[in-house]
Amino acid sequence: MKNSLEQLTKQDPALEQFAGQNAHTPYLAGADSKLHRKVCKSLEEAIERSGLKDGMTISFHHGFREGDKVVLQVVNTLARMGFKNLTLASSSLASCHDPLVEHIKSGVITQIYTSGLRGKLAEAVSNGLMQRPVQVHSHGGRVHLLQTGEVKIDVAFLGVACCDEFGNANASNGKVNCGSLGYAKVDADFARQVVLLTVEIVEFPNHPASISQDRVDWIVKVDEVGDPKKISVGAARVTNNPRELMIARRAADVIEYSGYFVDGFSIQTGSGASSTAATRFLEDRMKRKGITASFALGGITGGITDLHKKGLIKAVVDVQSFDHDAAESLRTSPAHLEISANEYANPTSKAAYVDRVDVVILSALEIDLDFNVNVITGSDGVMRGASGGHCDVAAAANLTMVVAPLVRSRIPTVVRRVTTLLTPGESVDVLVTDQGIAVNPKRPEIEKRLREARLPVMTIQELHEKAVALTGEPEPIEFEERVVGVIRYRDGSVIDVVRQVKN
Amino acid sequence: MKLRRSMLFVPGDNAAMLSTSFVYKPDSVMFDLEDAVSLREKDSARLMVYQALQHPAYADIETVVRINELNTEYGLKDLEAAVRGGVDIVRLPKTETAQEIHELETHIARIEKACGRPVGDTKLMAAIESAIGVVNAVSIATASPRMVAIAIAGFDYLVDMHTRRSTGWEPELFYARAAVLHAARAAHIDAFDVVYGNVTDDEGFLREVQIAKQLGFNGKSLIHPKQIDLLHKAYAPTEAEVSHAKRVLAAAEEAHRKGLGVVSLDGKMVDPPVIHEAEMALQLAEAV
Repeated sequence: MKNSLEQLTKQDPALEQFAGQNAHTPYLAGADSKLHRKVCKSLEEAIERSGLKDGMTISFHHGFREGDKVVLQVVNTLARMGFKNLTLASSSLASCHDPLVEHIKSGVITQIYTSGLRGKLAEAVSNGLMQRPVQVHSHGGRVHLLQTGEVKIDVAFLGVACCDEFGNANASNGKVNCGSLGYAKVDADFARQVVLLTVEIVEFPNHPASISQDRVDWIVKVDEVGDPKKISVGAARVTNNPRELMIARRAADVIEYSGYFVDGFSIQTGSGASSTAATRFLEDRMKRKGITASFALGGITGGITDLHKKGLIKAVVDVQSFDHDAAESLRTSPAHLEISANEYANPTSKAAYVDRVDVVILSALEIDLDFNVNVITGSDGVMRGASGGHCDVAAAANLTMVVAPLVRSRIPTVVRRVTTLLTPGESVDVLVTDQGIAVNPKRPEIEKRLREARLPVMTIQELHEKAVALTGEPEPIEFEERVVGVIRYRDGSVIDVVRQVKN
Repeated sequence: MKLRRSMLFVPGDNAAMLSTSFVYKPDSVMFDLEDAVSLREKDSARLMVYQALQHPAYADIETVVRINELNTEYGLKDLEAAVRGGVDIVRLPKTETAQEIHELETHIARIEKACGRPVGDTKLMAAIESAIGVVNAVSIATASPRMVAIAIAGFDYLVDMHTRRSTGWEPELFYARAAVLHAARAAHIDAFDVVYGNVTDDEGFLREVQIAKQLGFNGKSLIHPKQIDLLHKAYAPTEAEVSHAKRVLAAAEEAHRKGLGVVSLDGKMVDPPVIHEAEMALQLAEAV
């Protein structure tokens, strides 16, 4: 027997002879290491055990949005430990990450992949802070870049509300529940090493396991990972602004008469006040017509889960929870599903939920005469927004609506040519503003329906003229030649660049 | 008939509101140069309102300017800017006597001539804010053919009356409302009820709208755009009222075709006041 095994392994060097039950898994030999080996005493220990080296790529998720406490905690620690030349691949970055500027200046971070930049970080990058341009991708496009291998995550640092000592983690339960971990799930799948930062280590087995134990390498208990109160701050805020509510109501009018408002329709509302507020105006219309929605997708708000509770939306499909009510619904409703960004919006996923969306309401910083949309740069040319799922769901949905005030302070929203192209006009069907509605000429049937409903439909040129009548034609923004941001379409292709602003 | 349900107050020094308030489509928009504007902003507010009045965005909406009282250093300057800017209606605050209206219209006629507007083009409305104003409401309302409306302003009036606002049916305002409304109806002009100051309390606002509507006011002065839609909906006739109004007009049309003087519908006579009421109901229904 022994001889024949030796013979076999000699003949085929790929085969190896048995040498004991834990020959390859020594950590399973001792009871302590078998059960507790993943739990580190400190973040430093977790970083060391992850094998992170200079020049590698670290990743984060943005489930805590403006309340995130993980990115800075980790990068501060990495800086203290002397790491340099790291690539930061966060699913998105927010204003709370302003202090990253110092870590870029000192060379800790030298490359960034993100869905968006805001605040002082965005301002500094737009002014030429980084040698290499920031790569701005969509939520679906990020997964695509992970699939193609352009982004290889060496160590993912994922903040969770709770996990057990094997690493079964979620953010639906616990003290700091931010809801869905849709973006973290992807990093857990693709990263070479996964470090969980948790505020609670709970009894095994923790469930639901949004991130499963077999994806997790290291666990470290920390004092804070995020403030869930701040997930509804910023782009996901709830509005009482009468103009935003007026636009939201008009968006609901468009949905009602678009031809897509039928039993079993599906809907997504993007971030942005008018967009999320539109759900408030759908309830009565759905009841009046006696219809329900099959599902709502996306960043999920309390407005959506309220309709879900009332039975008007059958299922809620949640890649990220935008407020406490959404997080609570995820925890309590069996028909509130937590999905990954790959399931959500990756164009090269084996199946993406966006492909089954009928109606989506998105926002815009600028939209031009060809319905191209910019959500990245402001009127001063400085980056101040996030790509998010904008171009993903715009391309996929049957009716893509963009909502925006026609004029913001003194700045027109409808412009001749967008400063930065993110979502191509071919993906956009209807623009809803406070001063009128424009339908993309490629959708004459929708225009006809809206006109028949006596909604204030006009051409986008007319809207542009109205805006300019109020503001005058803005001076063109001056840029340097240097590229500071590369805008990646959801399939990874480059759709535009952002240049350094001239001072 | 020009509908005057909602008159939206817009502080004259608020550029953001001046450049957007037309989107809410109130029946009238009132640019305020008086109490909403601090002393140091009076000049800039006047200049901005002058520009706003001439902007195409306000071409399709009735514009009103509340000027400062004529005995202040701002009053006449405000009036010059408003009339030259093409305002539809000048609103005089704290009106107490018909004499003030006469004085105002003399100035307006002079400015109209000077800037080439047809004399009489600029209309007037008076705000009643005191006991003496309420007592003189009839003579104020009938003081000039330029008068198109009269408004009651509650705050100053109640201070003058040594009382304050209550909830419920608001007895403290009852006499003033009734007096001002009678003056308006006697003069065949419109009447605006007081503003409701708590913009977060939709329920309280709607309660007050019901009082105004039931008494017979054309509408209310409003301080927040969100109140417009609530007000318009509250003033809208019910579906039953709309269908009744349509039947009234059909019956009247039928009578006219047959050369009959009056006709009856469901056993009730359809005469000119009934027809007028039906037409108003349909106009209100259309304008929601």
